[in-house]
Amino acid sequence: MDIDWSLFWDSLGPLALAAVAGTIPLALASFALGMVLAVGAALARLSRNRLVSALARLYISVIRGTPLLVQLFVVFYGLPSLGLVIDPWPSAIIALSLNVGGYAAEVVRAAILSVDKGQWEAAYMVGMSRRTALRRVILPQAARVAVPPLSNTFISLVKDTSLTSLILVSEMFRKAQEIAAFTQEFMLLYIEAGIVYWVICLALSSGQLRIERRLERHVAVA
Amino acid sequence: MSQLPDQPVTGGAPLLSVAGVSKAFGDNQVLQSVDLTVERGEVVAIIGASGSGKTTLLRCLNGLETPDAGVVRVGDVSVDFGAGFAGRGGAKALERARGTLRDQSAMVFQHYNLFPHRTVIENVVEGPVVVQGRAREDALEDARALLERVGLGDKADAYPHQLSGGQQQRVGIVRALALKPELLLFDEPTSALDPELVGDVLLLMRDLAAEGWTMVVVTHELQFAREVASKVAFVDSGAVLEMGPPAQVLGAPQEERTQQFVRRLTHPL
Repeated sequence: MDIDWSLFWDSLGPLALAAVAGTIPLALASFALGMVLAVGAALARLSRNRLVSALARLYISVIRGTPLLVQLFVVFYGLPSLGLVIDPWPSAIIALSLNVGGYAAEVVRAAILSVDKGQWEAAYMVGMSRRTALRRVILPQAARVAVPPLSNTFISLVKDTSLTSLILVSEMFRKAQEIAAFTQEFMLLYIEAGIVYWVICLALSSGQLRIERRLERHVAVA
Repeated sequence: MSQLPDQPVTGGAPLLSVAGVSKAFGDNQVLQSVDLTVERGEVVAIIGASGSGKTTLLRCLNGLETPDAGVVRVGDVSVDFGAGFAGRGGAKALERARGTLRDQSAMVFQHYNLFPHRTVIENVVEGPVVVQGRAREDALEDARALLERVGLGDKADAYPHQLSGGQQQRVGIVRALALKPELLLFDEPTSALDPELVGDVLLLMRDLAAEGWTMVVVTHELQFAREVASKVAFVDSGAVLEMGPPAQVLGAPQEERTQQFVRRLTHPL
C-alpha cells in the first residue's frame, strides 16, 4: 500500500486543531463535572441515610451497566421525543460526565474508605464535624489514593470522546471521518487519528506520574 | 521552660464522673456498668489486660464510642446515653451530644494519628483555628511556644513522617494541649514506640501532671502509674475491679485478679 505522506502531513494540522478545540475541552469539561458527580455519589453511597445511599447505588449501577454509546444516544436522540432537544456539545458533556461520574464514584468511595479510621477520630477529637473532617482531613488524603485510578479514568475518557462523533460533535475523530470520506483514504486517516490519540495519552501518562510523585512527597512509604 | 496556657485549677467538684456506663459490641459485653470519678488535677492511670475494656472506657469519655447506657459528665457537660437518642432526630441529637462532650477533652492516640498531609505546626493549629475560630497568628504563636517547650521547636515545618515515633507522639500531645481542654485523655501513648523513645514521652506526661493537668491515662507502664498517677484503676472484664492510690493497687492489691496482673507485668518471666 502506498502511503500518501503529503495527505498525512496536510491532515495533521486539522486533526490537531480538532483535538485542541474539540476532544480536549470535551474531555476536560466532562471530567470536571464528572468528578463533582463522583464525589457527590461517593458521599451519598456512604451516607447513613438508606434512601440516599440506594439512589447513589442505582445511579452507579445504571451507568456501569449500560454502554456509553447508549447513554449518548438517549441524551441526544432520545430526549427530543420528550420535547427536550439538546445540542450535540451539551449532550456530549452531559452523557460523558454522567458516565465518568458513575465510574469515578466507586474510585472515590474506595479512596475515602482507605483512609485510616484514626484520621476520622483525630479530626473528631480536635472538634471537627463530619463535614469538616471530610473536607480538611479525609478527602485530601483520599485524593492521593484516587489519583492513579482517576488518571486512568481520564485517559479512557479522552478516547471515549471519539464516540461523540456519532452525535455530531465536531471533535477529532469526526474530523478524521470527514477528511477520509472526502479523500477516500480511510486507512491513512483512521491510523493518523489513532496516532494523535496515542500521543495525547502518552502526554497524560507522564503528567500522571508527575502528579503522583508530587502527592507522595509528604507520605512515608508504608 | 515556658508556662502552658490556661492551666486548670485544682479543687472543686469532680471534673469527670462516669456512672453506670455499659457497652457491648454484638454479644461481647465490653463494659459492665462502670463508675469512675476524677477530681480536678488528678492523674488516673487505667491498667488492665488487653481486651479488658480499658480503651473502650477511655473512648466513651469523649464519645468516640457511644455507650449503650450510663451517664458521662465532664465539667458542665453531661450526656445520658441511656435515653433520648432513639427514633426520629435521635442520631442528630446524639451527634451533637457527643460533639459537646468531645469539646471538653483532648485525646492522645496510641498511633499518634497526626494528619500526614499537614506540617507539624499545621497539625497543632488545625483545631484552634478551623474549629475554635482563633486568630491564626495567635494560634501559631501558641503552637510555636508549645513545640519549643517539648523540644520540637525546629520541627514546626516538618511533616509527621519525617519525625521519629517519640517526636510524633510529642506532637500528638501538643496538638491535644493546643485545644486547651479541661481533661487530657491518653490511649496507651507509648505502646507503639520503640523502647528507647518511651522515656521522652513519659517525662513530658509527668511534667504535665506536675503542672496540674487532669489526665486519664490508659497505660501498660506500671512505673509511670506508680510514680505519676494519683489513682490507679484496674479494669477487668469490663468493670473497675479495684481503684485507689498506686501504693495500694499496685503495691498491695486486694483482688486476686489484680495481684495476678501486677505480678505478670513486674515479673514477666
